[in-house]
Amino acid sequence: MAVLELKGISKHFGAIEALSQVDFALGDGEIVGLMGDNGAGKSTMVKIMAGNFPPSAGEMMLEGRAVHFHKPVDARAAGIEVVYQDLALCNNLSASANVFLAREKMRGFGPFRILDDRAMNERARELFAELKSETLPAEKVRMMSGGQRQAVAIARTHLSKAKIVLMDEPTAAISVRQVAEVLDLLRRLRDQGMAVVLISHRMPDVFGVADRIVVLRRGHKVADKRIADSSPEEVTGLITGAIRAA
Amino acid sequence: MAEAREAIPIDAGRRARTGSPLLRKSLAAQPFWVTVAVIIICVGMSWLEPDSFPTRDNFFNITRNFAYIGIMALGMMAVIITGGIDLSVGSVMGLAGIVCGLVLQAGHAWWLAVLAGLGAGALCGVINGVLVAYVGLPSFVVTLGMLAAARSFAVVLSENKMIYDFGPDGDTFNAIGGGEIAGISNMVWLLLAMALAFGFVFRFTRWGRHVYAVGGNEGAARLAGVAVNRIKLQVYVLCAMTAAIAAIMVVGWQGSAINALGTGYELRVIASTVIGGANLMGGEGGAYAALIGATLIEVIRNSLLMAGIDSNWQGAFVGAFIVLAVLLERIRGSRAD
Repeated sequence: MAVLELKGISKHFGAIEALSQVDFALGDGEIVGLMGDNGAGKSTMVKIMAGNFPPSAGEMMLEGRAVHFHKPVDARAAGIEVVYQDLALCNNLSASANVFLAREKMRGFGPFRILDDRAMNERARELFAELKSETLPAEKVRMMSGGQRQAVAIARTHLSKAKIVLMDEPTAAISVRQVAEVLDLLRRLRDQGMAVVLISHRMPDVFGVADRIVVLRRGHKVADKRIADSSPEEVTGLITGAIRAA
Repeated sequence: MAEAREAIPIDAGRRARTGSPLLRKSLAAQPFWVTVAVIIICVGMSWLEPDSFPTRDNFFNITRNFAYIGIMALGMMAVIITGGIDLSVGSVMGLAGIVCGLVLQAGHAWWLAVLAGLGAGALCGVINGVLVAYVGLPSFVVTLGMLAAARSFAVVLSENKMIYDFGPDGDTFNAIGGGEIAGISNMVWLLLAMALAFGFVFRFTRWGRHVYAVGGNEGAARLAGVAVNRIKLQVYVLCAMTAAIAAIMVVGWQGSAINALGTGYELRVIASTVIGGANLMGGEGGAYAALIGATLIEVIRNSLLMAGIDSNWQGAFVGAFIVLAVLLERIRGSRAD
């Protein structure tokens, strides 16, 4: 069953049609690669799913129920988390402080409540272990590699028990060596039943980890097929327009 | 596979670095080195000037002289951790002092004078905070405006006269700031109590954590759900309130209120935080840093006086120290990245 379903979603900004009549379904425990050239509508589609703005037309269903997001908070409350490209972490705080930012664990009673760093570190350690990441909870994010920072950002989504994670170019800003680490993180999210939308420019990443691929071109969906039935050559053709649709 | 391949070198590197976390942390922290500098100067001066430096009187003077700067540095620290700055503390101190003086002069109770002073400070803080947090103006501009406005307001309110006739409750009011307990000025006790309170809040409360988060990455904090605007407003109010507290103590100690009170103190206060280890870009600092930074500046000033050097050189030293501290921070920062 589809966790998230978009039906006939369109979005226009004035006269510009950023998305037109896009249908899209995301299944449980599925990684879908969302590809397209700059301006193809990828980020518009992600922003609609993340609640940054509502679609001009069309319907969005979450677990079979129609949803209308007006703010990112609405989407997050419904179980959709976004991992931003720039990772949105506080470098001066520890990994666990970042994971728990604005939802800190407290101890004490009544008005005498203080931060429970030990409990937060412990829980963060568990989350990193689930992700099989070498991230130390008490270490400052400033000292971390791109892969570890990615793990911190993903652990945040885990903590909130998200059903759907939207990942915006997770491998764009990190070294080749760390890309493998991040792709492993994505596989583990899927193995735990989470649905992932992976927005990426990098063909090898999408073909390495995604189950299905969706290609957008000029606001239209031009392909939606299983990875096994496609090839990087075909997808490149679809993105550039050399192949009209598949 | 990837983690199997990388596990060994990463682990080895980490173990080497975590040898003794506490020692490593202190050696890397600026407050530690500033403390060392304070101790070295004190030992050196005691050896050079055994008759005048290590005396009870001098200790009393030094501690009292940095106490009110330290109190303001605590509030300033909160602002600087969020990545802002408050240039108006000296003027707000002057305004709060005049308000206290006027209330006392009118024959009102000492506690009413204290409340009025705090209220004047809070009002300035609210104006600064709203303009920075909700209107989105740069803190530098807003507080520079307040620097001029609050001072002019103090001059107007005081009709440019010194206020020293404090009415029936004057003695009680003066005892608060001028008194001493166990041979140490009340102002110093207050500074210590406030430093403990600020240290606790910075380290152990959710509010403190969010203050650091705002300074670390405002956008990330906002996305995570931190009430960024509210936190910013609160730190400016807090900072202005510490300036008002300093004013109440100093007016009591001196037994008079002048509208020039606090002129130029913003430099000493900001210098204290930066020398203690705050990062003007935000995200770094702490209560002890404010305390030890204020201590170092006063110990140096006192030493210059005793060494017979014209005390007007103090400004040159403070200025050089600010730049040096920021430079050190820059060097350490680039090594960490």
